[in-house]
Amino acid sequence: MSKPLISVRGLTKKFDDFTAVDGINFDVAKGESFGLLGPNGAGKSTTMRILSATSTRTSGTVEILDKDPEKFGPLVRAHLGVVPQQDNLDGELTVSENLFIYGRYFGLSKKFINGKIEELLEFAQLEEKRDVKVEALSGGMKRRLTIARGLVSEPDILLLDEPTTGLDPQARHILWDRLFRLKEQGVTLVLTTHFMDEAEQLCDRLVVMDKGAIMAEGSPQGLIKEYSSKEVLEVRFGSDRNKQVAPQLAQMCERMETLPDRLLMYTEDGEKLLERIAAANLHPTTSLVRRSSLEDVFLRLTGRTLIE
Amino acid sequence: MNTGIDVSRIERFGALYIAAARLKSMSKWKVIIAAVDIGNPLFYLIAVGIGIGVLVEKGSGTSGTSGIKYIAFIAPALLASSAIAAVMDETVFPTIEGFKWRKLFFAQNATPITGRQIALGVYLSALCRAISSVSIYYTLLIAFNVVEFGLSALLIPVAVLGGGAFGAIILYAAAKIEKDDQFFNILGRLVIMPMFLFSGTFFPLSSMPIYLQPIGWVSPLWHATELGREAAFDYGLSALMVGVHITYLSTLVILGITLAMSQFERRLAK
Repeated sequence: MSKPLISVRGLTKKFDDFTAVDGINFDVAKGESFGLLGPNGAGKSTTMRILSATSTRTSGTVEILDKDPEKFGPLVRAHLGVVPQQDNLDGELTVSENLFIYGRYFGLSKKFINGKIEELLEFAQLEEKRDVKVEALSGGMKRRLTIARGLVSEPDILLLDEPTTGLDPQARHILWDRLFRLKEQGVTLVLTTHFMDEAEQLCDRLVVMDKGAIMAEGSPQGLIKEYSSKEVLEVRFGSDRNKQVAPQLAQMCERMETLPDRLLMYTEDGEKLLERIAAANLHPTTSLVRRSSLEDVFLRLTGRTLIE
Repeated sequence: MNTGIDVSRIERFGALYIAAARLKSMSKWKVIIAAVDIGNPLFYLIAVGIGIGVLVEKGSGTSGTSGIKYIAFIAPALLASSAIAAVMDETVFPTIEGFKWRKLFFAQNATPITGRQIALGVYLSALCRAISSVSIYYTLLIAFNVVEFGLSALLIPVAVLGGGAFGAIILYAAAKIEKDDQFFNILGRLVIMPMFLFSGTFFPLSSMPIYLQPIGWVSPLWHATELGREAAFDYGLSALMVGVHITYLSTLVILGITLAMSQFERRLAK
């Protein structure tokens, strides 16, 4: 295996008494799509700020393209595209002006940037908005523009912090499609998300983070296989009855999680389990058999759900 | 994937890229900026030239104002104040916006551009705005026959130096104050306003009681006004005092921008 593009060892970041990131390790290989999955406050954004060679770390080592980002900030940043959680576009300028000015920050020639703008407007599906002030764009459009802006310098690594948070389902799917194209082109992607479907869609490999630490690492399918069963049966008996029947149901499956509104039963065969529940004369008001997801992995690892 | 980004070039010109971006943003407000930069001097020239000035000269002639017309006496101070106002506008607001509201500085800092370059770029663009404001003001002074064209053109660099001295310190303060946005309202009312009134603007500093004079001594406005008066008419400032004023203002520029650059860097690296 060739040398990783990003190598993180024992990375720790403290703000006064609060430890935001607590001794994490991971590598990202060239062309890989790597995810940091975890709830809000897990330390994902702090990690991303350090990877983007802007924020300092408290301890540990970080190497990006063989260089310490703290010592060679501008040099490392020249190879990164950064898409922050909050779109920090210049609202007073137009779509194309935003791209142009950003390209200039990389010292790129006017000629190169102008050519690049055409390509990026097409990629972001914003050709018709070229001369529109950014303030007037929808949330999804701003997001796509922020991603396009991050690509103006043809970066080796694109860092995306919560790329689809706050977008409606349609806008999210458009964005996923765009990111998938980048992945196909061989761009190395590092993204954070608290959406398990996003992690499953976009990541080749991911780490599950909680409270500043890494709980598990692997491919989405690998993690599901390791930490969950093949299927999940979700049953609801009504909020009071859920607790009453829980002990009896727990005997019938490999593992069970009791959530406020429903019970999650982990099993290899959901339909068969449901039949056994009926045979025991327990009748849930609703039931659903689904395959295990990263949400279940997170629940298993932390005892909590991703979105609380 | 190789665009051959030349980082050493960005190291040299990064601050200019930031300044160019700021000027681009300012250009979106050009109508309003022009209205302020032309309207403000016009109001003063009319009100003071026709109104207050006539009243002052009726009372004591020009004996208290070095033997020149009242409007000409206060013109260098008005010019320096307009430079200060312009630099304030273009440092305080963009800095709060850059760190807090739109977080533009974080976007800029995600490129090879450094925090130090962002600070310097914002400062340079503010100076450009001051040069433009003051030049318009000076042109109007000539048009209204308040000063004669000639050596008085030195009023422009002097006023910009005064605005730049104040602006450098304010740029640092704007980057330093992270929580209290109200600070700048208070600054306007309790620092800028008294500075405007007590810096020898409307009457010589020496006509104030001695215990009020230190306001003038520390105020960049007073130093710039004194220098400006020397440039505009025969004010009789000693060479020593010219040196003192220039040194004081230059020191503030260097001190302020040095502090601001490291504060920008520190705050962005959190």
